[in-house]
Amino acid sequence: MNLWQIVFRSLRQHLLSTLITAGSIALAGGLLIAVWVVKTQAQKTFTQINGGFDAVLGARSSPLQLVLNSIFHLETSPGNIEWQDYLDIKADPNVAFAAPISVGDNYRGYRLVGTLPEMFTQNEFAPGHKHSVDGKGRFFEAGYQEALVGSYVAQQLKLKVGDEFHPYHGLNFNEKEAHEESYTVVGILKPANTPADRVIWIPLEGLQNMSGHTEKASTEVSAVLLKFKSPIAGKLLQMKYDQQGTRLTLAWPIGTIMAQLLDKVSWFDRVLALVAYLVAIVAAASILASIYNSMNERRREIAILRALGATRGTIFLSVVLEAMSISALGMCIAFAVYAALMTTVAQIIRAQTGVVLDVFALHPVMILAPAGIIALSALAGIVPAFKAYCTDVATNLVPNS
Amino acid sequence: MSLLEISELKKTFRAPDGSIHAVIDVPDFQLEEKAHVALRGESGSGKTTLLNLIAGILKPDSGEITISGRRISSLSEPQRDRLRAESIGYIFQTFNLLQGYTALENVLLGMSFGPGVDRDFAIALLKRVGLSEKLKHYPRQLSTGQQQRVAVARALANRPKLVLADEPTGNLDHQNSREALKLIREACRENDAALLLVSHDRDVLAQFESVLDLEKINRAARANFSFQTVPHLPA
Repeated sequence: MNLWQIVFRSLRQHLLSTLITAGSIALAGGLLIAVWVVKTQAQKTFTQINGGFDAVLGARSSPLQLVLNSIFHLETSPGNIEWQDYLDIKADPNVAFAAPISVGDNYRGYRLVGTLPEMFTQNEFAPGHKHSVDGKGRFFEAGYQEALVGSYVAQQLKLKVGDEFHPYHGLNFNEKEAHEESYTVVGILKPANTPADRVIWIPLEGLQNMSGHTEKASTEVSAVLLKFKSPIAGKLLQMKYDQQGTRLTLAWPIGTIMAQLLDKVSWFDRVLALVAYLVAIVAAASILASIYNSMNERRREIAILRALGATRGTIFLSVVLEAMSISALGMCIAFAVYAALMTTVAQIIRAQTGVVLDVFALHPVMILAPAGIIALSALAGIVPAFKAYCTDVATNLVPNS
Repeated sequence: MSLLEISELKKTFRAPDGSIHAVIDVPDFQLEEKAHVALRGESGSGKTTLLNLIAGILKPDSGEITISGRRISSLSEPQRDRLRAESIGYIFQTFNLLQGYTALENVLLGMSFGPGVDRDFAIALLKRVGLSEKLKHYPRQLSTGQQQRVAVARALANRPKLVLADEPTGNLDHQNSREALKLIREACRENDAALLLVSHDRDVLAQFESVLDLEKINRAARANFSFQTVPHLPA
């Protein structure tokens, strides 16, 4: 019978308080890990997602609004730009590829984005990754009333190749505002884990000329997504559009703009982290309280162990190990809490942005948080351990009753 | 050299009113190896304190206790703990079994602070005390007599040279008391352990060849209590 077995027996003897305390540690640990992973993964993912583009050219507005609207398909459009603006930037020698997009309609709440087929045939949405379609589907052809559905939309609306639908006017779904046109699903995009998964892609002309839209809409686009030939192009074009011009905005570089957004909301991360730290401290304190409170009933047990030859040091260590074991048990459960929490959070983020967080990716906090909380618990265990250390053997060998 | 030698042993306690009371004042006492000696003592005569001093649980104010040539008073507390685990078995009136441990685990626990765990020997001891069918029973599932037998097995678990028994039959009925005492003595004999038992029970004392009055060897007890003559009880 070694020290660990003695600790295990003690945990088993105080099973209810062990489980309750381990539960509070599990919540704290799970929350702490989740906050940290969401923060770092969101930072990494949102600053890396750009659809394969370097910049967005749109109506004069904040670069962040342009990026959110054109890359993440969130927010409202700041307004349209002339078709000629698209032709001009396309012809710029610094631009390798330009893809115009138009927004303004939806199907059951999911945004319709009008663009050119080249968006899928030429553009890599991430290095080495082009969009592709599931099974027998294909990309839409320009000029036809065809739709290419993002994987998440297809899953949510149960759309499949051959299905037909009527688009609705506006970015928010209102069933009274259905357009006359009918679009046929010709392909379902394979999941790209990007915002492209949660939109329905149609030919640019379709959106420009949709019934009910103004005549002017047919000569406008919402924004142009740009890929540059060299990094210096961004500087040059930014000077041209943002500093010298007054009508258009070039949002560049996309990653930095998103990082600025995340910086703006980083206070929220800090609040969450603070809450998690506090929960961890409270959980460690609950270990202290639960073991400390049980010390009165344990005094005789400790005296018996001492009478059998256990040293004060052994008793001290056994109580600290007990605190650490409760914490370790809690941290094992914490990973289940983390998985549940992250699965929920990841689903919400995916539904809102199309971005998929890798819930089960390894992260240093998965080692550091358990180590930190176990160390904190060991520290908390010192108080009751000292009480156990000081237990008088002779007076406690006799039952209290 | 005797197994246990005590000289000029003194222990005092401070009363709640701040006054100092001598509880133990033993000028001289010896116990030979394998000897079985009973000490007769009334409540408050310092018998538990004396056993706790011998076991190294309490530290004397002055005087010497030597066990197998090792002076307890010169040992540090961890060394006394170690000596207790290795060389002394202690049987308590209230058994002092750990409730969360089975009979076998209680015996193994006794071994874990001593020279080492010997599971086979622990099982053999429990079989010896008639509990071969109760190895996995918890104390609450055992009768008081059975609990005392587990305590006996635990006391002998580390093959101690000295077994201290503090009113070991105090919680048992007459029949169980006789059986328990017989068992303790037999088990000590089989393991070549000396036995120092304290009791005030005449029936218990009557079974010992050598019975000493604690009041006679403890001057403090003589001072605290009026001396009562105890007839020498035949073996």
